[in-house]
Amino acid sequence: MSLNISKYYLENSRNRVLAKFMSSDEYFEVKIPSDTAEGQAIQARIVEVLEVREYPVRDVFAVRLALEEALVNAIKHGNGMSLDKDVDIKYWISDERVRIEIQDQGEGFDRTHVPDPTLLENLERPCGRGIMLMGAFMNLIEYNEQGNKVTLEKIKGVAPEQPEAEVQGDEEEE
Amino acid sequence: MAAGHRRVDIEEVSDVTVAKFIDKKILDEGNIQIIGTQLFGLVDEDGRKKIILDFSNVEYLSSAALGKLITLDKKVKKAKGKLKLCSIRPDIYEVFAITRLNQLFDITETQEAALEGF
Repeated sequence: MSLNISKYYLENSRNRVLAKFMSSDEYFEVKIPSDTAEGQAIQARIVEVLEVREYPVRDVFAVRLALEEALVNAIKHGNGMSLDKDVDIKYWISDERVRIEIQDQGEGFDRTHVPDPTLLENLERPCGRGIMLMGAFMNLIEYNEQGNKVTLEKIKGVAPEQPEAEVQGDEEEE
Repeated sequence: MAAGHRRVDIEEVSDVTVAKFIDKKILDEGNIQIIGTQLFGLVDEDGRKKIILDFSNVEYLSSAALGKLITLDKKVKKAKGKLKLCSIRPDIYEVFAITRLNQLFDITETQEAALEGF
């Protein structure tokens, strides 16, 4: 197991990696440049571990979606795609839950200033939808005070608390 | 991935254009750009007014992709055309529902139902 993982990261020699194992849990720290392709590789790695640990399909979908949104936010909006800025990713995976921290080198943002993307006047604006989706699919989404680090958590097999009526209620009115 | 590579299959059913996504995942920024260009071209260059987007193959979709769909909808409406989305699997539909975009878009279960509606 550890051999495979070492090999994976050796192949990504640009990534500075610290790998630790605590009993059967997996913990990683990895630093990637502000390149979405690098983000995709990490995403694939985490998804693979979840599948090996038999996380339900729905959890894998949720984590993949949240990771995509968080990494794109960090790389594009946080670091402005600047290749001399890195994104720090830490993740812990056990059989019960997955926790991911993603930190960029940007100035951060104030979450309360992100417009509500569901309001009619904002429907066509591109911002805010990613954060909303992360919140809806993960059990936890938390930003640090500066707003340049997001923590995401998904508990295996446990649906996030949602305003279910809104999600399920497929109203037909305009 | 070659630039300009087609990411959407286009088919004409009488006067309706059916655009079917080829990719399982519409996540990657590069793919999304290509998809956007291809779809916008249907309206801006080809002047097509009745468009169905078929999501049968799509298993993952990010908010960046939603942004492109919103812009497409805007373009179609401006051209006095009609855009319909169909064959969206439940996980993906939830993405539309959470963001309330299920109220912006005309979504049908099957391509047949979408075609009938025109």
